Amino acid sequence: MKAGLGSIPIIATAAVLLSAMLYGAAAYPNFASFGVARNLLVDNAVLGVAAVGATFVILAGGIDLSIGSVMAFTSILIARLIEKSGVHPLAAFSIALAAGTLFGFAQGSLIRIFRLPAFLVTLAGMFLARGAAFWVHPESLGIVHEFVAGTLNTQLTFRLPLGPRGVSIPLTVDIFIMSVLGAGYILRCTRAGRAVYAIGDDEHAAQLMGIAVGKVRAGVYAVSGFFSALAGVVLVLYQQSGNPASCTGYELDAIAAVVIGGTLLRGGVGSIYGTVMGVLILGLIQTLLSFHAQTHAATGGGLSSWWTRIAIGGLMLLFVVIQRLVERLAGKSR
Amino acid sequence: MAPFTSRLVSTLRGLALPLVALALLLIFNALWTPGFFHVEVQNGRLYGTPIDILNHGSKVGILALGMTLVIATGGVDLSVGAVMAIAGAVAAQSVAAGHGPAAAIMLAALVGLVCGLWNGLLVTLLKLQPIVATLVLMVTGRGIAQLITGGLIITFDDPVLAAVGNASLLALPIPVIMLTAFLAALALLTRSTAVGLFLESVGESAPAARLAGVPVLPIMLMAYALCGLCASASGLIEASYIRAADANNAGISLELDAILAVVIGGTALTGGRFSLLGSVVGALFIQTLTKTLLMQNVDTNIAPAPKALVVLAVCLLYSPIMRQRLMAAWQRRGERSPA
Repeated sequence: MKAGLGSIPIIATAAVLLSAMLYGAAAYPNFASFGVARNLLVDNAVLGVAAVGATFVILAGGIDLSIGSVMAFTSILIARLIEKSGVHPLAAFSIALAAGTLFGFAQGSLIRIFRLPAFLVTLAGMFLARGAAFWVHPESLGIVHEFVAGTLNTQLTFRLPLGPRGVSIPLTVDIFIMSVLGAGYILRCTRAGRAVYAIGDDEHAAQLMGIAVGKVRAGVYAVSGFFSALAGVVLVLYQQSGNPASCTGYELDAIAAVVIGGTLLRGGVGSIYGTVMGVLILGLIQTLLSFHAQTHAATGGGLSSWWTRIAIGGLMLLFVVIQRLVERLAGKSR
Repeated sequence: MAPFTSRLVSTLRGLALPLVALALLLIFNALWTPGFFHVEVQNGRLYGTPIDILNHGSKVGILALGMTLVIATGGVDLSVGAVMAIAGAVAAQSVAAGHGPAAAIMLAALVGLVCGLWNGLLVTLLKLQPIVATLVLMVTGRGIAQLITGGLIITFDDPVLAAVGNASLLALPIPVIMLTAFLAALALLTRSTAVGLFLESVGESAPAARLAGVPVLPIMLMAYALCGLCASASGLIEASYIRAADANNAGISLELDAILAVVIGGTALTGGRFSLLGSVVGALFIQTLTKTLLMQNVDTNIAPAPKALVVLAVCLLYSPIMRQRLMAAWQRRGERSPA
């Protein structure tokens, strides 16, 4: 595919993001503020980290449906380890990250060795992780450990001198940004990262180039498992609790963010920065709807929450169609 | 008579794995689940766990029948749960608006067909991967269902709609009768006409089928449309159970049960050969497994985990690579000990 054509989806993504921002600023007087921008980041850090992992899998031409369940599993695992077993939070985080990575690796290995369809294996993984989450602890568990509430969530929050009252950036946003930068570096500058693109673009050609296709295939699921677990950590920090019932359907939001971010679901084309824009677009839809609800609450004419689902689905369709058109154009120009 | 017997034998051989799995599960229950097979008659209706499994298994079975057609073409439909919610919402709202039950059922069926056609059009005309195409409706569908119900749970007391999930005919729950009717109709469509052959050829290789003169586009559209229709029937049953349309929870994660039922029934996810009867047995297996876990006092929330393990094990048994390895190991054993 030509480089010029491949960038059409991401240009479309940027255009949607920009117009959503401009619309918000024009329609609501309080919209264009540092506070709204901060909340957009804080409220979407969890989804953002999960979507980073999904980007790896989708770039390699796969799909991971277990993301939401793994997030719920790690969140409740951390909460239980800290509150019931007296494990230090940092140790609990490490255990959770290792568990998530191992889970993803196991899924990837099944896909690789037995050539089972990815969506089937990760579908089973979704069930398995959800059941395991409830097995760890059957209900939501709050975390009162001083280290989480005090050190991580208060002392590590820093203030940016923006706007009249300053803007506080919690640790969760830092994790999100670091994840994006780290993933961006790996995908762009390392051998493994380029191999992910190569496999997604043309598995056969990648094999002929001497890339260990099977290992990378399995590896992306381990990466996705790691980022799902990291998203679980962010969730724990964000809510100061773990919940086995949380994050149902998060995998769909993560996949939607990746697709809206211009990554081809066929694999091979896309970028982590597109995914960030996709996450922000999903977040902006929520923000715009809540602004709409506030403004129209008095008249009772607010748009309801289900419009979020419809808007996300509609955007996904739009982008998938753009992708098809681009692929067709690229095919003709070849 | 001879060709019929040989066909019966080959059908049973294809069903061996799901039937054995189901039998093992039933034996387990006979030994360790007290009262599992207890069935009694009250007011001319049968009550008991097996009847329960048949009743709820039929809902999954109808869903799995439609899914079988789609999977046979090499596709998959992730939106059936959402379509169930939409169908239930449409039926409940139309009864609430004062239309008769017949109109409500027709409308729900029509909506199911339209949803299926929509998926089919995305797959055929836009050439989207089926997972992606149906993901769009999976994400959007529940929103649409809530839009129809206005975000409320719409209850209904129409006797006919309530009968769909709660009444019996000839001592059997209505869903069982519906499943039998769907199975008979689809078996007739696919095995007495060339449609079944066409479906399998599309699943094996769509380009080859096209070159051989198979009407690929209509066949695929039909598969997705029928899958939507089946989903709407399941949606009606589910709404009827609780006499209400719950857009949020109707058919939740049932797409998974349906896909697993099809896979356990012996239809390969890569498309091609399919078995309608296998999918029905697969659905009964899934439902029996669910019920067994429940009766063994496994928490409903934890139950998905063992279910997933069983399903993975079955899928592994079906995978060609696992079979090759098992065969190789078997032969090596034979060589070492010449009996």
